[in-house]
Amino acid sequence: MRAMVYRGPYKIRVEEKDVPRIEHPNDAIVRVTLAAICGSDLHLYHGMMPDTRVGTTFGHEFIGVVEEVGPSVRNLERGDRVMVPFNIFCGSCWFCARGLYSNCHNVNPNATAVGAIYGYSHTCGGYDGGQSEFVRVPFADVGPSRIPDWMDDEDAVLLTDALATGYFGAQLGDIVEGDVVVVFGAGPVGLYAAKSAWLMGAGRVIVIDHLEYRLEKARTFAHAETYNFTEYDDIVVHMKRITDHLGADVAIDAAGAEADGNFLQHVTSAKLKLQGGSPVALNWAIDSVRKGGTVSVMGAYGPMFSAVKFGDALNKGLTLRMNQCPVKRQWPRLFEHVRNGYLKPSDIVTHRVPLEHIGEAYHIFSAKLDGCIKPLVVPSAG
Amino acid sequence: MAYTREKPSPIESRDQLRARIPGWGVDLDPQDRPSVPKLRSEPDGNGAHWDFPERQLEHRPRERSVEHAFLTPVFGTTCPARGVSGLMRKAAYRRYSEGRAAHWLLLLAADRVDAWESHVRSFLTLRPDNPITETGVLSEFSHHGIASRIGKRRADVGHQLLDPLIVAGPWVVACGVAYSAIRSIAGRRR
Repeated sequence: MRAMVYRGPYKIRVEEKDVPRIEHPNDAIVRVTLAAICGSDLHLYHGMMPDTRVGTTFGHEFIGVVEEVGPSVRNLERGDRVMVPFNIFCGSCWFCARGLYSNCHNVNPNATAVGAIYGYSHTCGGYDGGQSEFVRVPFADVGPSRIPDWMDDEDAVLLTDALATGYFGAQLGDIVEGDVVVVFGAGPVGLYAAKSAWLMGAGRVIVIDHLEYRLEKARTFAHAETYNFTEYDDIVVHMKRITDHLGADVAIDAAGAEADGNFLQHVTSAKLKLQGGSPVALNWAIDSVRKGGTVSVMGAYGPMFSAVKFGDALNKGLTLRMNQCPVKRQWPRLFEHVRNGYLKPSDIVTHRVPLEHIGEAYHIFSAKLDGCIKPLVVPSAG
Repeated sequence: MAYTREKPSPIESRDQLRARIPGWGVDLDPQDRPSVPKLRSEPDGNGAHWDFPERQLEHRPRERSVEHAFLTPVFGTTCPARGVSGLMRKAAYRRYSEGRAAHWLLLLAADRVDAWESHVRSFLTLRPDNPITETGVLSEFSHHGIASRIGKRRADVGHQLLDPLIVAGPWVVACGVAYSAIRSIAGRRR
């Protein structure tokens, strides 16, 4: 089969690989029909995530058709059109039994601090991802779901991570009616978080970024008030000024490990890998939220420490909430919202590329060329 | 006003927000959101029909965190550890818990060694690494590389200048070292 293959930082190519096999009785093999490149794939691409091995296939956002099932699979059949959450989970461990699917204890031997994710390094279990023609899907009775007939493929693929994560980010903010919500980062997760904040009753939604084309999307797609931080000496002071000097009630960090805005932080983290990620966005979130407010972290960070302003968080009495999104718990509600037209996930898709051109797609996404917000990968398009 | 007890007045009323934002307030009740309460699974089950899953066969020794009691019942089988980088990775897993910086720094160092081992290995194949096509840099010419950056007030443009250095730098250093070595060997023979 053809698959995207990591060759080292900033280098990928498409190679011929063996079609994955059933390794466990509850595995399925899925023929991928549509995949996406996630902003967090760029952390792998840039060599930031420990134990990202040369030869790995990335891709944790994908949908497809069931090609083969293991002997203990009961809920799926060959030919089913399925969407697969980015987390791999068993459904029966201490954590899964309590709905913490992203923290499953039975699928990632390489770490206890993180669950397993498709195509996301050995730190996340050493599974290949879906930027390929076929992918192994463990615990096929638990993770995947049949795609409703009425749902478009492009909407479905964005529900496997980006939309669910953005919605979860707003949810962890514990928004109550009238809250002022500020979102740092206008990538896909930030846009969806801003949009979701309205559904939860926010009174004002503010989005901060430095890329004008993304801020434009935040205004049109997410109905948000936007600020380009490069236009202000100090974005935190500006945030205080526009919120009656209180600060926002809820801040959502949707930027994560490669946040721009502070050269030193960026170089020590993204470039030199001395921190688990650039904490610029997270520190701005801590500084911009009001005392007693909530900071929700949806940006991805590596396992190493980061220079986070924990003292400020303590002294302000903040609630910090974060996790990888337990995607499958969000689906029933998100299906309703998509069906009712409150959310149209595919509105943020800007690029559609055949698998053979995925190298260019990674560069375009990474370098933010051509107004790129969300690239999709079509394995069967040649 | 931050200095008195009153909450600042909302900019828009409920009705104005409802009229402007599709679906405003449909998830108003915090207790009726999908992941609330945090520690509760789906009441009608999640598809698991086992208490403890059947165990995947370990066809070759699989590294694992020392924080796990045993190899998890299911695990990824892609890219087994090999070469010098593999030895480094196995040492990181065998010796250090995830709480130790040494664990992660060793793994990051192994990643860099792995990349170099793989580059060298690729030159022994019919498809050696190609830094031009594999970095996708040609899209700079086809996807508005200059127009996407100039005059856009982007904060990341300065940082991106470091990327070519990071990608090409080690190659330049390696070529320099190889050239010096060859010169020195040739000089000794004369």
